[in-house]
Amino acid sequence: MTPDSNANATDPTDDRTDAETLRRVADRTPTRLDVGRAGPRPPTDALLEFREDHGLARDAVFSRVDDSLVDDLDLVTLRTRVADADQYLARPDLGRELAEESITRLHEECSETPGVQIVVSDGLSSTAVETSVPELLPVLKDGLAERDIDVGTPVFVEFGRVDVMDVIGEELAADCCVILIGERPGLRTAESLSAYFVYGPERGGPTAEKSVVSNIHDSGLPPVEAGAELVDLLANVLEQEASGIDLREDDREFETES
Amino acid sequence: MPVKPMAIETTDSSVKSRFDSVVEVLATANEPKTGDELAGIAAESDAKRVAAKRVLAGMRLETLRENPVVPYEEDEVTRVIQDGVREPIYDELKDWTVADLREFLVDSATGEREIAAIRPGLTSEMIAAVTKLMSNLDLVLATSKMEVTARCNTTVGESGTLSFRLQPNDPADDVENMVSAIREGLAYGVGDAVIGVNPVADSVETTTRILEATHEFIDDWDVPTQNCCLAHVTTQMDAMRQGAPADLVFQSLAGTEAGNDEFGVDVDLLDEAYDLARRRCTSSGPNVMYFETGQGAELSGDAHHGVDQLTLEARCYGLAKQYDPFLVNTVVGFIGPEYLYDGQQVIRAGLEDVFMGQLHGLSMGIDACYTNHIQADQNDIENLAVLLAAAGTNYFITVPMGDDVMLNYQSNSYHDAGALWELFDLEPAPAFRDWLAEMGLWHNGRLTDRAGDPTIFA
Repeated sequence: MTPDSNANATDPTDDRTDAETLRRVADRTPTRLDVGRAGPRPPTDALLEFREDHGLARDAVFSRVDDSLVDDLDLVTLRTRVADADQYLARPDLGRELAEESITRLHEECSETPGVQIVVSDGLSSTAVETSVPELLPVLKDGLAERDIDVGTPVFVEFGRVDVMDVIGEELAADCCVILIGERPGLRTAESLSAYFVYGPERGGPTAEKSVVSNIHDSGLPPVEAGAELVDLLANVLEQEASGIDLREDDREFETES
Repeated sequence: MPVKPMAIETTDSSVKSRFDSVVEVLATANEPKTGDELAGIAAESDAKRVAAKRVLAGMRLETLRENPVVPYEEDEVTRVIQDGVREPIYDELKDWTVADLREFLVDSATGEREIAAIRPGLTSEMIAAVTKLMSNLDLVLATSKMEVTARCNTTVGESGTLSFRLQPNDPADDVENMVSAIREGLAYGVGDAVIGVNPVADSVETTTRILEATHEFIDDWDVPTQNCCLAHVTTQMDAMRQGAPADLVFQSLAGTEAGNDEFGVDVDLLDEAYDLARRRCTSSGPNVMYFETGQGAELSGDAHHGVDQLTLEARCYGLAKQYDPFLVNTVVGFIGPEYLYDGQQVIRAGLEDVFMGQLHGLSMGIDACYTNHIQADQNDIENLAVLLAAAGTNYFITVPMGDDVMLNYQSNSYHDAGALWELFDLEPAPAFRDWLAEMGLWHNGRLTDRAGDPTIFA
């Protein structure tokens, strides 16, 4: 092959075959392949598509969950010690602590010693909360209620990090705590939600004792299915009195014995 | 552990009383970084920051040598750095102030030869200190003087060249998709630094599968490059012992013993990996190691000992140097806004890291990147790429259209290679450039019209 001027003058039939091959390749991978180029730069369409996806991801991070949604879901609103979106990103430690007035509110408005304390938080994607939680939460609440598990008073935490559930669970002396929180958006989806849960929540509890169900969104694990799966997992946590790495060890022992 | 009492030297007596230790001066003198704020060690004000820079400017290199930021007895990274100093060269330099070092580096009479002559006498703390005095243009200028080459199957870092890592990651470790991304990347002329894959599953099976597929492709098309699977070093070692074809051995590094412990490595293990790499790598070498680093990793693992993230980053390079690596790059914007907040901080850190790596004598590149929860976008890393191409970095990471769908972050695009070569009149590594020409992708110092067409490798 030489870089002569006829290099591109190939049989049009071959071109069509090539185009089909390329489309097949591009279709089977989530990677942005076969976008072409304009000089050394991406074509305008590919460039704008990329910017659009990044825009959606940033909007998910920098916008907040609508108050009316929190009201509709009948959640008690709490705040962490974070003042604004900028501080939320720069100071994860403040997002793990509740503001003083929210601790007071927690005790005033929420029932103590629930079996499973449910926490919802915008985390890094308000879009994830807005799209998935309205479907997931009723399945979770009803499923746990059917198993006679007390879900107490579910709460919403503004500017929350995963570990804020340790504070809430400890304050209310919950047996178990679950947090539904928006994940850091990728360019492919800004709607991904995670559910972390812990048995015997307490401040400073190790990460390894937490369990997680991640990738909850319509083209990942659908919210309704995630809700049903969480009911089973949480019932198991209460029965085994363990979560995270402790639970996995129990499971392993069980498998070995059987 | 007792530390030698430190005499802070400065002509300004009013600041003498304001700092208690070298660690505090170094932290306070750092350009603003959210990671130092999170650690509670950042300057409280810009005035205090500059006061610390003044103290640092007047500090002798000997003071920095004698006050390593983590004590010798407590930390093996400190021991590697201190024991690696060539004493007669250090003796020549120890009375220099940090300001003297800065002015030496930016002097028009100073080139690679002059810098090479002082390198063995420097510690990572000295290099961190001078970095804190340098402006962004100082960093670009001084980096552009340094020419550090390294050889695996190809040679990177030669004057007039700019290389790229092709990063064909796939969220399902689907090897067929990886090969598709490799075809496309090679068609854009990238991949001469390494074809390097981050696996999702850190297993011997996956690592072996990725190494075999990349090795086979490189063999089939006779590509002058090297492959690497960026699993944990122990996984790669197990795979290689079972015969997996790896050209390079990879590991992430931290700047403290405790930080490396978080990464599941220590100096003994790295020694063992280096020894295995020299015996079992499928490449010709002699440089067979690949390391990644990034400011903030130590704090994120609670292993920072109250030391600022730039100084700890410098110490990563001090450790890396021990293993004569082929490639070292900082993954500058990956860690998140609590360490590097926005485009300004990412660009600054990127310039600092590449400068510090090259001053350590490393073949230094960069993953100029950002996540979606940081105040930065593609424009910021394109800015950084232009600055670092001007500075003569050895290589950049590239992914298809800048979007890594596995690691969920954005880096430079395959497309950026052609633009940077064109802007700065640079070329890929010579053997790779000749291969591109044979494939009809390179002609007269430019990509040809066929570039970007992966069906060339059908």
